[in-house]
Amino acid sequence: MIAIEGLTKRWPGADRASVQDVTFAVAEGTSCAIIGPSGSGKTTLLRMVNRLVEPSAGTVRIGGEDARAMEATALRRRIGYVIQEVGLFPHWDVAANIATVPALLGWDRPRIRTRVEEVLALVGLDPARFAIRRPHELSGGERQRVGVARALAGDPPVLLMDEPFGAVDPVQRARLQEEVLRLLRQLRKTVLLVTHDVAEAVRLGDAVALLRDGRLVQHGPAAEMLAHPADGFATEFLGNDRMLLRLALVPVATLPRHAEPAPGPALAEGATLRDALAQMLSGGTTTAPLTGGGSITLADLLAFAGGGMGRA
Amino acid sequence: MEWLRTHPGLFLGAVGDHLLLSLTGLAIGIALALPVGIAVAHRPRLAEAAIMIAGALRTIPSLAVLAALLPLLGVGFTPSVIALALLALPPVLVNTVIGIRTADPAALDAARGLGMTATQRAMRVELPLAAPLIFSGLRVAAVQVVSAAALATFIGGGGLGDLVTQGLALLDTGRMLVGAIAIALLALGTEAALGMLERHLAVRVRGA
Repeated sequence: MIAIEGLTKRWPGADRASVQDVTFAVAEGTSCAIIGPSGSGKTTLLRMVNRLVEPSAGTVRIGGEDARAMEATALRRRIGYVIQEVGLFPHWDVAANIATVPALLGWDRPRIRTRVEEVLALVGLDPARFAIRRPHELSGGERQRVGVARALAGDPPVLLMDEPFGAVDPVQRARLQEEVLRLLRQLRKTVLLVTHDVAEAVRLGDAVALLRDGRLVQHGPAAEMLAHPADGFATEFLGNDRMLLRLALVPVATLPRHAEPAPGPALAEGATLRDALAQMLSGGTTTAPLTGGGSITLADLLAFAGGGMGRA
Repeated sequence: MEWLRTHPGLFLGAVGDHLLLSLTGLAIGIALALPVGIAVAHRPRLAEAAIMIAGALRTIPSLAVLAALLPLLGVGFTPSVIALALLALPPVLVNTVIGIRTADPAALDAARGLGMTATQRAMRVELPLAAPLIFSGLRVAAVQVVSAAALATFIGGGGLGDLVTQGLALLDTGRMLVGAIAIALLALGTEAALGMLERHLAVRVRGA
């Protein structure tokens, strides 16, 4: 797990701290998305965790160990690092890029080769086809997958991601988000990620940390924050469609199942309230059928949303 | 060509001297410029100063450099080599600094973030990424040095320039032409060979 306490960064000559007294924790095997407007200190906060930026004050604990007491290079080899620009080494092939951390850790060749094939398969790239390719021969999405594979190669318990899908086109992005989310859950990694996109934050983050001018405005489960923004700034930043984003986090099973059948195709097993609402809107109906019979109603959906909006 | 047939020994000797002058000068120039370039590349003020000094050095004509060294170091092989080293310095220095400063910042950030030490970063990422530009500076330096070595004859440094000055003095057009053509071919050959290597290197590093 990652425990951040009183973390502060004051750059020399700056009139205010870039990150000011931020405290929160990311539990083992969960993810947290840091969001906030540009200049709010998101990236600085993230980079203090693996000490690419040295904190002015405060502590970071990774799995209980004080990050500042460790040697910086040793610390970073235990933390996966993914950035928007990917930063693959253009003069090395994909296999050598992925082998970066294992090689730094001094693994022997057979172990490295096995691991490279393993993580390539994990990120959905065929090792036989991709291991010997060079970065310039890859598409943007493939490059980002290799970036993720490189971050996972040393099997770090913790992963830092800075706008990991920002440079990928929207269609690819949705697929990549989905796959990486599933992968990280499956591998039980503890993830801290930075994004400026609220939809991406609530999709990828179990919890969300909202920053403004270097201070932590709100921290909590994604659905909770969408339902109850802490203040006017949070409400404005999360946007008018925050209720839609929240509905996308809630499975249809949350609503009571009515016995009456409804017209149209049944909602899939893992469907969310957002899917249900979309189907009602497109069909012009006030009910939507469920798999296995029965239906949910618009009235129940509105009641649920209204309950969530109670304090807003 | 008649002259070449009757004096093959003289010609080959001059070529050998010319190459020895050029290579020694080039080697010393590179041995100085490369480490200095690497050392100053990450210090913006020093890097700027180095580029400025190199620029100034580059504008001085080769003959002027040779002439300026004459009263300081006298005549012969050594002052010629020193002058050639001074000529080789600027292109290698400037390209080393620029090559390192323009290396992909994302790759360098990733290298740091993945836990490479400063030395590992320099050897495994930074210098390989800067290599094509450094090599391009080396090619410019080599061509310049091979051409300028023809002037070493004026301070008794020997080389193919001797054939030209002797030809002029003895009104021996054949000897003069053999020297002049050989100098030109040597410079062209250096450019062509190193140019090819440079493109090969660029493909290895950037893949394009």
